[in-house]
Amino acid sequence: MKVNLETLERITHLARLEWDPDRADAMLEDMNRFLEYARVLDQAPTEGVAPLVYMNENGLPPREDRVIAETNHEEALMNAPSKDSDYFRVPKVLKKSGG
Amino acid sequence: MIFDGIQCYHDRLRSGLQTVRAEVLACLERIHRYESYGAFLEVYAEEALAKADALDAQGFGGDLAPLTGVVVGVKDNICYKNHRLTAGSHILEGFVSLYSATVVERLEEAGAVIIGRLNCDEFAMGSSNENSAFGPVRNPLDPDRVPGGSSGGSAAAVAFGGCHLSLGTDTGGSVRQPASYCGLVGIKPTYGRVSRHGIVAFGSSFDQVGVFGEHLEDAVTLLSCISGADDHDATCTASPGEPLNTSSSNGPYRLGYSPEWLENPALSPVWRQRMQEAMKTWEEAGHTLVPCSVQGLECAIPVYYILATAEASSNLSRYAGMHYGYRSPEAHSLETTLKKSRSQGFGPEVQRRILLGTFVLSEGYYDAYYAKAQKVRRQLKDRFDQVFESCDAFVLPTTAGSAFRLGEKSSDPLAMYLEDQFTVLANLTGLPALSIPFGPDTNGMPLGLQFMGPSFGEAALFEITGRLQALVPNIQPL
Repeated sequence: MKVNLETLERITHLARLEWDPDRADAMLEDMNRFLEYARVLDQAPTEGVAPLVYMNENGLPPREDRVIAETNHEEALMNAPSKDSDYFRVPKVLKKSGG
Repeated sequence: MIFDGIQCYHDRLRSGLQTVRAEVLACLERIHRYESYGAFLEVYAEEALAKADALDAQGFGGDLAPLTGVVVGVKDNICYKNHRLTAGSHILEGFVSLYSATVVERLEEAGAVIIGRLNCDEFAMGSSNENSAFGPVRNPLDPDRVPGGSSGGSAAAVAFGGCHLSLGTDTGGSVRQPASYCGLVGIKPTYGRVSRHGIVAFGSSFDQVGVFGEHLEDAVTLLSCISGADDHDATCTASPGEPLNTSSSNGPYRLGYSPEWLENPALSPVWRQRMQEAMKTWEEAGHTLVPCSVQGLECAIPVYYILATAEASSNLSRYAGMHYGYRSPEAHSLETTLKKSRSQGFGPEVQRRILLGTFVLSEGYYDAYYAKAQKVRRQLKDRFDQVFESCDAFVLPTTAGSAFRLGEKSSDPLAMYLEDQFTVLANLTGLPALSIPFGPDTNGMPLGLQFMGPSFGEAALFEITGRLQALVPNIQPL
C-alpha cells in the first residue's frame, strides 16, 4: 500500500498541519519507505487475536469521586498566547451575519 | 567514575567530611566546563545552592532521606512547578509549569537537589538528541558522537558529572539507548510502576519515566523514590514504597536469550564476542542459559512506530495555539491558528510522526495498520509472558552497536527508527528492562547489555543484574 500526494494532502489537513508542496515529496518518500518496511506485518498471522489496547488489562483502581480544584483562573491564563483579564483571546471564528 | 555512590556520599556528609554545597558547586563547575555539549537547557544554580545550604544547616544526624543532597537533573518533558518546560520544542517556548509532576514532588520529598532542565529530542521523538529545537547534545565520551536519545541530555549530564542521577522518559528506548551510548545504567520500569502525571504525553500506552546513574544501586534508589500509585494517574498501579533494592532471588538463575538474535548481522561483533564470554562465565557459575525463540523481532519496529505515532498524533492535537504554547503571528482564523501555529511550532520529525499516526488511524487504513499492529503487540506480549514462565530474566543487546557520529543517520528516518529494535520490546510488552555498560566497542565507546524481567519483577531483576554484572569484569563501567 502506497500513499500518494492526494492522500498525504488529506491527512495533512486532518492533522491540522499546513500543506507545503515543497516538502511534500520528501515526506511522501519517508512515509512510503516506512510503510514498505511495515509490510512485514502482513506475514504475521493474527486471526482470532484480540487487539492489545490498554496495558492495564486487569482493570484500574477506583478512587473517590471528589473535586480537587488545583488550577485557579490566573494560573489557567498564565501561559495563554493571547488573553485579557478574564478570557483567552482567539482570532475571530464567526463571520459577521447580515442580521 | 565521577560519583562514588549515594552511600559513600552520605557517609561523608554524616562524618562532616564534606557539605552538600561543595557537591553542588562541583556539579556546577562541570556543567560550566561542558556547557558546549548542550545537555542543560537551564541550570537552577541559585535554587540548588539554597537547597544545599538548607540541608547543610539541618545537619546529617539520624536517618537521612534516601536522596538527601543527591544532585538530580530532570528531562525537559517533566513538569516542575513555576519552572519552564519546552519538551525540546519551539511550540512550548516560554511555557511555565503550573504544577510539578508526581515524580518531581517525590524527588523533593526524598531530599534531592534539582539542578536543571535537560535537553531532549522534541517531544521525546528521536534516538540521537539531534531533533531538539534547542540544538543537539554531544556525547561526553566523544563530542563528535551522539549521546543517544531521546533523553540525551539526561545521559550526558550524568556522564560528565553535571548531576549524580537524572530522570528521563522511555517510550521506545529513550532511557536505555542513551545510557548504553554514554556508559551508564538506565532503567525503564514496568508500565504502571511510575506515575505519568506531569509528563508531556507522547505515546500513552508506552511512556514511562526512567532513571540514569553511574551505579545500579543508585539508579534503583532513585527509581524506588519515584515509584508507586498516584491518584493523578490511574494507570500507575504499583504499591508505593515497595522496596526495589532487596530481593530473595539468590539464584542460580535461568537466563533466557535468543540464539537467532545473537546471529543478527547488524550486531557489533565485539558485543557478540563479549556476550559469548559472559554466557560461558555465567554457566560456569551455575546459572542456566535458556535458548528462547522470540519470533517477530522484525515486527517490533513497525508495530511500535504505527502505535506510538498514532498515540502521538492524538496526544499532540492539544498544541493548538489557543490556551498555551506558540501561536503564529499569521493566525487570523480558526484554521490558520491551528495549521500555522502547529506547522511553525513543530519540527520536521514531530510533523512526520503526526502525519504517519494520522494516516494509520484514518478511514480505510485503520484495520490494515493500527488494528493489525495492536494484534501483533498482543502476540509479542504473550510470547514474553511465556518466556518468563521458564526464565528469571531475558538478556539481549541494548543497541546493535555503539554511539554513532552526529549527522550519520539524521537524513534517514528509517535507519534512525531501527536504532530502537532491541529496546522497543520492553515498551511494547510493558515489561521492565535496564541497560548496563558492556563495553568498550572497537572505537572505545561503550556498548550496552540489556536485561528484561517479568511484569513488576523489578526487585528480582535488579538483584540478578547486579550479581551477573559482578561475575563479568569487562562489563564494569569503563
